[in-house]
Amino acid sequence: MNSILKGLGGLLLSLSLVIPAHAGSTLLNVSYDPTREFYKDYNAAFAKHWKAETGEDVTVQQSHGGSGKQARAVIDGLNADVVTLALESDINAIVEKSAKISPDWRARLANNSAPYTSTIVFLVRKGNPKGVHNWDDLVKGDVQIVTPNPKTSGGARWNYLAAWAWANEEFKGDQDKIKGYITELFKRAPVLDTGARGSTVTFAQRGIGDVLLAWENEAYLAGEEFGADAFEIIVPPISILAEPPVAVVDANVDAKGTRKVAEAYLNYLYSDEGQNIAAKHFYRPSNPKAVAPDLLKALPDIKLVTIDDPVFGGWKKVQPEHFGDGGIFDQIYKPAR
Amino acid sequence: MANTSFATGWKWRQASVIPGFGLSLGYTLSYLVLIILIPLAGLVWHTASLGLPELASLATDSRTLNALRISFGTAMAAAFVNAVFGVIVAWVLVRYDFPGRRFVDAAVDLPFALPTAVAGIALTTLYAPKGWIGAWLTPLGIKIAYTPLGIVIALIFIGLPFVVRTVQPVMEEIDRQVEEAAATLGANRFQTIFRVLLPGLFPAILTGFALAFARGVGEYGSVIFIAGNIPYVSEIAPLLIVIRLEEFNYPAAMAVATIMLVISFIMLFIINLIQAWSRKRYGYA
Repeated sequence: MNSILKGLGGLLLSLSLVIPAHAGSTLLNVSYDPTREFYKDYNAAFAKHWKAETGEDVTVQQSHGGSGKQARAVIDGLNADVVTLALESDINAIVEKSAKISPDWRARLANNSAPYTSTIVFLVRKGNPKGVHNWDDLVKGDVQIVTPNPKTSGGARWNYLAAWAWANEEFKGDQDKIKGYITELFKRAPVLDTGARGSTVTFAQRGIGDVLLAWENEAYLAGEEFGADAFEIIVPPISILAEPPVAVVDANVDAKGTRKVAEAYLNYLYSDEGQNIAAKHFYRPSNPKAVAPDLLKALPDIKLVTIDDPVFGGWKKVQPEHFGDGGIFDQIYKPAR
Repeated sequence: MANTSFATGWKWRQASVIPGFGLSLGYTLSYLVLIILIPLAGLVWHTASLGLPELASLATDSRTLNALRISFGTAMAAAFVNAVFGVIVAWVLVRYDFPGRRFVDAAVDLPFALPTAVAGIALTTLYAPKGWIGAWLTPLGIKIAYTPLGIVIALIFIGLPFVVRTVQPVMEEIDRQVEEAAATLGANRFQTIFRVLLPGLFPAILTGFALAFARGVGEYGSVIFIAGNIPYVSEIAPLLIVIRLEEFNYPAAMAVATIMLVISFIMLFIINLIQAWSRKRYGYA
């Protein structure tokens, strides 16, 4: 009950932010947790661009939180103009539960509506004392891993899928062996925090575990935040291509009359400037040619499996099969009988 | 409430020197309906739309049962610890005067004021394997953070003021002459405590216990940081509700909530009955 009240309070607070402070349009961008710093920079750049182009002022308000929670807030009435979430399935949920976004949203922007992508990497302690270089090293010896809970965190679902992608290649699609590996992997997680930031704190500040499975940008951020000399980033040879999608919330922009500026806001993410800002915050740009080469150095080329790969078959299949109630992830923890 | 006499049978209106009975009763009822009954009725209504067979299968799901067991078990354990040590704290604050007493008295309320997430983070920092306290316990093989024991610790922290604050005023009312009389009549110290003092305090201790317990069952903010949240081991029922919401599975979330509500209500009702019984038994009113 307590958390519901808090949620309600947060909702009211976010709603009050939507009231325009001055003339010109105001956009509300409802996003997930690790994009905070990126969108702060991007909003300033877009406001400048929009002023130069049309002479109008635009203010962009931000709301951040767990991706699923944010999607639920939009379904329940949070007046978002655009959503920039961690998972395609979260935007699909808005489409299905509230019909506020048109079902063809994914085709409306280039690159499956993902202007930037990311992947899952390992953050290890300085000197890599456990010698972790690839996914099989995670289940060797007494290595402990830290990951958030895939049931509550979008990032954690990508962690799980990245491990699955490696295991699928390693065990040549043998389902039992893949499940065995995933089970062993999650048995080595002493904590399942509810969000990606929580796991970063558990690993970096509390000193729990040997490897943090994290968003690439979150791993770099942890390095900056908690001291770059304390950790090392290990990029495995194979991982998942995480495509955090963006979409205009049709019902809301039509009601508010902000469609034009909302669409421009998302389109500008694909511009040279938008791509450079994304790369600066360690997101992988969808158009690397537009980006200064030294920004790309931090984002090494590795094999990235997409969610639409036959192994997974897209979010609409993955979500219920792996993360639904009683799905493969739930079975990991089922006590043996 | 003690002077309500029903000797002449039940009557709507109680003769009282203070007017406005109708007004205040009407206010009370509409307030309760608006603040408590309507939200809860909405919850039960939505759960009822599930249908009994589905509710039954959700209720007997082994993960749900484990989460409920962990939630109610840890809340019960924490409330017991608080009932014992809270009474001792209250006793010290009421009966002894020492430098800094006012300060300690105020500090008891801190768990009320502190946002629970802050409490959870602080406790986890202390009890994590590399934390100040955890570092001492780890070599002994004792793990607190990320185990059910951690949940109990968090709930003890959250629940302490409930016991202290309900027991304290009743203790202040106890006449010292009662203890002196017990002593002059030849009671030893244990008899004085267990046969003279505690029976009078028992209803207040029970109230404090019930409050701490109820608070512990519903606690989310502090627990998720220290629990570890491993399914079947340290996953509390409120977290399971959040997980169901993340799956957009509203009916299942409501079902778990309703089950928690029903169990809590039954337990609190039983505690109230024991209380009424003990009041009668020991003649305190």
